[in-house]
Amino acid sequence: MSPRLRWRKFVSGFMLTMTGVCALVAVSVLFLILGYLAVHGGASINWNFFTKLPVPVGETGGGLANAILGSAKMLLLATIFGVPIGFFGAIYLAEFSGGTTAFIVRYAADLLNGVPSIVIGIFAYSLVVHPFKQYSTLAGGFALGLMMIPITLRSTEEFLRAVPNPLREAAMALGASKWKTIATVIVPAAYRGILTAVLLAFARVAGETAPLLFTALGNQFWSPGWTHPSASLPVMIFTYALAPYDDWHRQAWAAGLVLLVLILVINIVARAILSRGIAVPRS
Amino acid sequence: MATTTNTVPSAGPVAGSRSFLSRLRQGDEIARMITFLFAASVVLVTLLLVFELWQGSVLPRHKFGFNFFRTSVWDPIFEQFGALPFIYGTLVTAAVSLLIAVPLGIGAAIFLAELAPARVSDTLEFFIDLLAAVPSVIYGVLGIFIVVPLMRQYVQPALKHSLGFLPLFQGPAYGVGFLTAGIVLAIMVIPYIISVSREVLLSVPRDQREAALSLGATRWESTWKVVVPFARAGIFGSIFLALARALGETMAVTMVIGNTPVISASLFSPGYSIAAVIANEFTEATGDLHTESLIELGLVLFILTFVLNGFARLLIVATSQRGSGRGQA
Repeated sequence: MSPRLRWRKFVSGFMLTMTGVCALVAVSVLFLILGYLAVHGGASINWNFFTKLPVPVGETGGGLANAILGSAKMLLLATIFGVPIGFFGAIYLAEFSGGTTAFIVRYAADLLNGVPSIVIGIFAYSLVVHPFKQYSTLAGGFALGLMMIPITLRSTEEFLRAVPNPLREAAMALGASKWKTIATVIVPAAYRGILTAVLLAFARVAGETAPLLFTALGNQFWSPGWTHPSASLPVMIFTYALAPYDDWHRQAWAAGLVLLVLILVINIVARAILSRGIAVPRS
Repeated sequence: MATTTNTVPSAGPVAGSRSFLSRLRQGDEIARMITFLFAASVVLVTLLLVFELWQGSVLPRHKFGFNFFRTSVWDPIFEQFGALPFIYGTLVTAAVSLLIAVPLGIGAAIFLAELAPARVSDTLEFFIDLLAAVPSVIYGVLGIFIVVPLMRQYVQPALKHSLGFLPLFQGPAYGVGFLTAGIVLAIMVIPYIISVSREVLLSVPRDQREAALSLGATRWESTWKVVVPFARAGIFGSIFLALARALGETMAVTMVIGNTPVISASLFSPGYSIAAVIANEFTEATGDLHTESLIELGLVLFILTFVLNGFARLLIVATSQRGSGRGQA
């Protein structure tokens, strides 16, 4: 073996090992994050954390029940607002639209998807908060819903398009109208994919903080109804982590652990649903 | 994700031959109209967003004009707003993050696409996808409690000791600052670079690799001199995508950058970024001009990410088409 060849083989082996190291480093970050959160936050998670209100500075104990409920309310609103627009919009794109309209809608959705979340917050503020002079759960839900639209739309469209054409042709050959074909054949055939898309969109906005800073603001107490400032888990983590109190830091770690586990579980469930394939039920 | 290149016929010959009335009776036209309204609302919302940002920043655009981007005094009390320190901070942190994330991300993507067996590659990609789902506020929490102390006690003194002659690594080690923000951002954007680059590398046709290997290239030479250049545009696309994310990232940066509007050559210096100043000052803005200046910063951020995302998508689509096109031929 000539020295040159030996050198080339050495370089090859070395560089390929380095790429492996890169991959290892990248993946290990996930476990580092989980590990740190579990160590620092695990001990503070107890029954009170989920059921009690925050206590005034100086007292220990208390929980983040209001933030958990606030987040749940906002996510509910976001789903009610964002998913139908994404879902029906996707049906239009995949089944009805011509080339130009589809291009424009897709372009708008991609644009919306790329907008930094803080800018979504500004938009929701000037549309919902500013006219009514009131920070509210409603505004927070609106901001999160906006972010769910493009994610739901684009993936739902992709899954609808993945439904094989013979299914459409068979339904229409039997005399079904187009909307009946969509409602009884195409959507059921793609339902796993659509469910995955919705779950992933939900998980994506569940941890969003920036759009809530000036829409839902924050609140140390329960937020009655839908039109008052409300606490949310991500904003609570942000304010607690930056505050100078050890007890708040503990709560921030615990809240971070709860939020991350929730998001990872939704992600894993969504992928598990999808990996069973896009099957026609009862086939 | 499953994709097909089959296009769905929009109505089909049967529907086309039916009269408008009969289609209306069967509900097709109604369904079409309803779904169209939903699709149109997406476009409407997007247009409204651009309009609100433009309309909401009239005051500072008229008052400061281009000076908004050239001056560095940000003083809400005397109503002087110059955005240079924020723009500087945003660009510097994004640059630092790319310097770290690009080699690491592309290296990992090469491993996943070229070396790892399909099973291992898919498993690792699954973890990478989960990593991309971690919310930014959690990166922020780890940033202030773990990364900042590490930087202050070990990394910054070490850098000062070894590379202190460079102006980049001078000044007191606070822990927070451009460098820390850049590192946290790098950790956040690596998953995006890996996912997209891996996808693009996998779309490079097999015969390219085989041809290189058959000419006597080593495995690394075939990867680095044939496969990577073939996918170059797509890899650049992934980098632009990561850059757009890094520019718009808010929470983690706000928590570790130090929030001081300073332009400094030193990476150890605390700084500020566009997204961070919006997050910190928006609810407490002292007047219309202050609020609208912040909205103008939002507009800047919007335009930056808009251009970068568009460019990235163009590059990624071009590469995957080139790849799959050759593969079929």
